[in-house]
Amino acid sequence: MRLYGAVAASSFRRYATYRVATAAGVFTNTVFGFILAYTFIALWSIRPHLGGYDQAQALTFVWTSQAMLAAAALLGGGFQQELQERIRTGDIAIDLYRPADLQLWWLASDLGRAAFQLLGRGLVPLAVGALCFDLALPSSPLVWLAFLASVLLGLLVGFAVRYLVALTSFWLLDGAGVDMVSGLLCLFFSGSLLPLTVFPGAFGDVARMLPWSAMLQVPVDVLLGVNSGAGLAGSFAFQGCWALVLLAAGRLLQGLATRKVVVQGG
Amino acid sequence: MVESPVVQGLRAYVLIVGMWIRSTMAYRTSFALTVLGNFLVTGLDFVAIMIMFWHTDVLGGFAVAEVALLYGTASASLGLADLTMGSASRLGRRVRDGTLDTLLVRPVPVIAQVAADRFALRRLGRVSQALLVLVWALSSLEVAWTPVKALLLPVTVLSGAAIFGALMVAGAGFQFLAQDAAEVQNSFTYGGNTMLQYPPTIFAKDLVRGVTFIVPLAFVNWLPALRILDRQDPLGLPGWLDFAGPVVAVGCCFLAGLAWRAGLRSYRSTGS
Repeated sequence: MRLYGAVAASSFRRYATYRVATAAGVFTNTVFGFILAYTFIALWSIRPHLGGYDQAQALTFVWTSQAMLAAAALLGGGFQQELQERIRTGDIAIDLYRPADLQLWWLASDLGRAAFQLLGRGLVPLAVGALCFDLALPSSPLVWLAFLASVLLGLLVGFAVRYLVALTSFWLLDGAGVDMVSGLLCLFFSGSLLPLTVFPGAFGDVARMLPWSAMLQVPVDVLLGVNSGAGLAGSFAFQGCWALVLLAAGRLLQGLATRKVVVQGG
Repeated sequence: MVESPVVQGLRAYVLIVGMWIRSTMAYRTSFALTVLGNFLVTGLDFVAIMIMFWHTDVLGGFAVAEVALLYGTASASLGLADLTMGSASRLGRRVRDGTLDTLLVRPVPVIAQVAADRFALRRLGRVSQALLVLVWALSSLEVAWTPVKALLLPVTVLSGAAIFGALMVAGAGFQFLAQDAAEVQNSFTYGGNTMLQYPPTIFAKDLVRGVTFIVPLAFVNWLPALRILDRQDPLGLPGWLDFAGPVVAVGCCFLAGLAWRAGLRSYRSTGS
C-alpha cells in the first residue's frame, strides 16, 4: 500500500512541475468556460428548466465540467499514451517483472495526476465562474464531500476504461485507432459537450446508462444536488458498479495479455 | 537570378509537405481511418448544436440554418489554417528537446519548415466536415444573393483562414518564450472557433468588443456572415467593416510575422 501511495505522490509532483503549462491550461479552461456559459444562457433563457436544470444549475454544469476536464482526462492526456508506448516498445516487460501489480501501479499514478489537476486546474476556473456568473454551488460541506466521493468514483471508471483501451496495444501495437474511437465516445457521452440530461428521448436514456456518464455527468449532478437520499445512493451504486465491472475486465484482459502475448523488443 | 525568400520558402514548404503526404500514403487504410475519425470528432460539436436546436427553433434570434452558416464558415477557416499551419504548434516540443537547431542550419526559412513539419493531411477531415455543413446551410437558407455577397463568401473563408493562421504563427512565436504554454493559443484558435460558431447576439457586448478590436476574430465570419444574412451586428459598427476581412487578415499576418521574428531571435538552444 505504501508503495502505491509513493507512486501516486510522485505522479502528483511530476505534474505539479510544469507550472507554466498548468497556468496555460487554466487560462484555456476559463476561456472555454466563458464561451460555453453564454451559449448555455442563450439556450436556457429560451427553455428554462431544460434537462431539469435552472439557468444557475446549467451554468454550474459548464464551470464544473471545465474544472474537471483535465482531472478526468476527458480530452485525452493522462497515462494512456504512455502505457501504449511502453507496450509498443517492449518496455512493458520491465514493468511486468517489478514486484508491483501493473493495474494498481498505473491506477495510483493516474490518481496522483488527477489529484493535482483537480486542484491545479480545477479551482481557478470554478472560482472565476463563481465570481462572474450566478452559480448554484451548494453551501453544505456534506454535498461537497459527496461530490468529491463521486469524482473519485468517476476517476476510477475513467481509469478503468482507459486501461482497457491501452491494453489493446498488446494485440494491435498501434493504438491510434482505438484511442480515437474511445476519445470520441468519451467526449460525447461524458456530457462534456452538453449535459446528458438534454439529450433527446431514448438516446438520452441510453447515454445516461453508459459508463462515460459516471465520469462527469453523475459527479456534477451530485454537486447540483439533483438527487438526494436514495437517489444519491443510486448515483454512487451506478458509478461503483461500473468501476468494479470495468476494473475487473481490465484485470482479466491484463491476465490474457501477459499470458498469451509475446512482448515486443529484444 | 536570385529567388526571393518568399518564393524559396513556399517551394520548400511544398516539397516538405509532399514528402509527408507520400509518407502518409504509405499506410492508406490508416490514413482513411484517421480522416474519418477527424471528420467525426469535429462533427461532434455540430451534433451538440443540433441537439440544442432540438429543444428550440432559434438561438440568440438565429435559426438553425443561420447558425450552420456561422459554423461552416468559422470551421472551414480554422480547418484550412490548421491544415496548412497547424504543425507550428508543435514548436514548443522542438524547443524543449533541442531539435529546432537542425531546422536552423538548413538553407530554408524556419517558418516554412515548422509549418510543414509532420504535415497532417488527415486535417482535411475538419475542412470537409465544415464545407458539408456550409453547403447544407446555403441550400436551406433563403439569401437574397447579389454578386457582392457571392464573392464575399469565399473571400471570408480564405481571409478567416489567414487570420487563424496568423494566430497560430504568433502562438508559435510565443512558444519560444513560454515553451509549455502551447495550450494558451488553443483558447484563441479552438476557443475562437467555438465562439464564432454561435451568433454574436448571445455573448456579452464586452466579449464581442474584445474579439472585434483586440483579437480580430469577428472578421473571420461574424461581420461578413451578418452582411450575407442581412442582419445588424450587435455593436452597430459601420457597414464597410463587413468587407474589411482581407485587410484585417493582411494586418494580422504582418503582426504575426513580427512576433515570429522576435521569438526566433530570442531562441537559445538547449545545447544538447
